Amino acid sequence: MTDAGKRDRGLLRVDQDECKGCGLCIEACPPHVIQMMERLNHYGYRTAVYAGAGCTGCGICFMVCPEPGAITVLRLTNRPAGRFDSEAEGAKRCAGN
Amino acid sequence: MSNATEAEYEVAHGRPKAFYENFERKDELQHQTHYCPGCGHGIVHKMLAQAIDELGIQNRTILISPVGCSVFAYYYFDVGNVQGAHGRAPAVATAVKRSQPQSIVIGYQGDGDLAAIGSAEILHAANRGENITVIFVNNAIYSMTGGQVAPTTLLGQRSTTTPNGRSAANEGYPLHVSELLATLEAPVYIERVGLGDNRQVAQAQHAVRRAVENQVRGLGFSLVEVLSPCPTIWKMSPVEAQHWVREVMEKTFPLGAFRDRTKDAPAKAAPPAAPALEDISRILGVADEGAVEEIDAEAKGAVDLQVRVAGFGGQGVLLLGEVLAEAGLHAGLQVSWLPSYGPEMRSGTSNCHVRLAREPIDSPLVVHPDVLVAMNEPSLHKFCASVPPGGWILYNGETVPAECERKDLHILARPFTHVADELGDGRAGNMVILGALLEATPILPQASVDAALGQLVKNPRWLALDERALARGRELLRESLQGVCHDG
Ligand SMILES: Cc1ncc(C[n+]2csc(CCOP(=O)(O)OP(=O)(O)O)c2C)c(N)n1
Ligand code: SF4
Ligand code: SF4
Ligand code: SF4
Repeated sequence: MTDAGKRDRGLLRVDQDECKGCGLCIEACPPHVIQMMERLNHYGYRTAVYAGAGCTGCGICFMVCPEPGAITVLRLTNRPAGRFDSEAEGAKRCAGN
Repeated sequence: MSNATEAEYEVAHGRPKAFYENFERKDELQHQTHYCPGCGHGIVHKMLAQAIDELGIQNRTILISPVGCSVFAYYYFDVGNVQGAHGRAPAVATAVKRSQPQSIVIGYQGDGDLAAIGSAEILHAANRGENITVIFVNNAIYSMTGGQVAPTTLLGQRSTTTPNGRSAANEGYPLHVSELLATLEAPVYIERVGLGDNRQVAQAQHAVRRAVENQVRGLGFSLVEVLSPCPTIWKMSPVEAQHWVREVMEKTFPLGAFRDRTKDAPAKAAPPAAPALEDISRILGVADEGAVEEIDAEAKGAVDLQVRVAGFGGQGVLLLGEVLAEAGLHAGLQVSWLPSYGPEMRSGTSNCHVRLAREPIDSPLVVHPDVLVAMNEPSLHKFCASVPPGGWILYNGETVPAECERKDLHILARPFTHVADELGDGRAGNMVILGALLEATPILPQASVDAALGQLVKNPRWLALDERALARGRELLRESLQGVCHDG
């Protein structure tokens, strides 16, 4: 699929081992697309999880999360898949957005 | 989500590189911090790491960690790290920045650390306009120690030490650190931000970055105060604590920039670099360690001479000890010289501890001196029992009071001040005694004593007198060995 228009602009990844379930990202997400899992993770925390659709890639959940890498926000590239040299390259391009 | 779809996305916000890959503080969960869920420290850490990444300064950043919940910041930031004593981060940061002017030095402190025990350090670092960045995490409580009142605790706020709530009458008012520091001339940027909602968080991130960038640009002192949730001690859920920052805390601590000269402040010239280590002895005018006099071959054995010199201020007590220590240094020995005197600037008692040893000296305190120099009777009374058997007492007086008589050691009692008077000036009595001491404990070559005296006594007239006094002291001791001393 090369038509980016139908995709969400953003995509959320939550590291289920790192998340401590504080819920701040859920509170912060403007379109309310983060939920709390019912089951506990390996360490006994309920963790945040992406609802699966609707992320705008705004990044606010990343900033309010107290854990260094529990949250990763990705953005749609506007280009067909496979054109990117590396994730780091992409991160650099988006840092100023 | 299939990989094919994910491949159309790229990371826009991810784990900052200024964090270590693994946090080796504990064996498991090495990617997680030790902070409680929802703790503001974690959020501020991320902002700081992000700023370090964006400014490209990771390899020249030095973080000064505090005492408090964030004491372990050095486990997280992959930068240079120093952990300071409680409240001392600004003093440590000053030293680091001045000795490494190219480094970016960031002090990180809680409100107990910065506003209570460390209030003097932050005030003076700000007042000197040190070109450092201070991140001040204000959670209105001592968290690490379990929730005691802090200078920033709100009126009415309960803590373990204000169980009925803080009252102005008993604990004073919440301390407004940012406003206080903004009364000073030197700071370039002081802003209070909060972590109370998305807008505040975005502003806080902006401020943290600015405070670091100011230093990169060489502008001067920048501080960001962050109103930060501590859900655990506040006994709230993380979301409640976030709301409390916005709805309650902010009323006492209004947000905003209290000083902002970021636009017009000129970049400061970096202070001159610290001198090279090898130049320091020259700058201080002390003998180069390489040029030490070799000690007499016969005296090569173990040396551990412990001397206590005591008297009234003005009797040359400290100088006597200093010449002895300096001569020891010149002779290549380990030495210590520890003056100890009362709060009186003049008169009052004064004494010093001197040690000369071949081996490194463990403590400069001399509790049982091999030689006690008592310049007056009260000093003799005070210390005569501390000399172990076989030691020496050199007493500036004709006769030893009965209570201080001891048969198990050597005592030389002479009116040294009068002897010096006869030589030209009673104030050289200390050097007469030193002469006797050097003769009684033949450790130091005369050349070392001469060198020390030449270094410490600059006036030629005094130098000549002191040399005569030393020689006379040696004579007195030799004479005494022909019968006067009491030998155990
Ligand atoms: C010299 C000294 N005094 C007292 C303590 C005990 N102590 C440890 S942390 C702390 C207060 C920390 O409060 P704050 O700076 O607000 O940091 P927080 O834990 O709230 O982040 C105190 C008093 C200490 N470690 N050292
Ligand atoms: S990036 Fe924005 S929209 Fe997407 S999950 Fe995070 S907060 Fe929600
Ligand atoms: S903010 Fe971070 S730690 Fe808290 S629930 Fe969301 S992902 Fe988990
Ligand atoms: S006690 Fe408070 S300040 Fe300390 S780690 Fe927990 S939430 Fe953070």
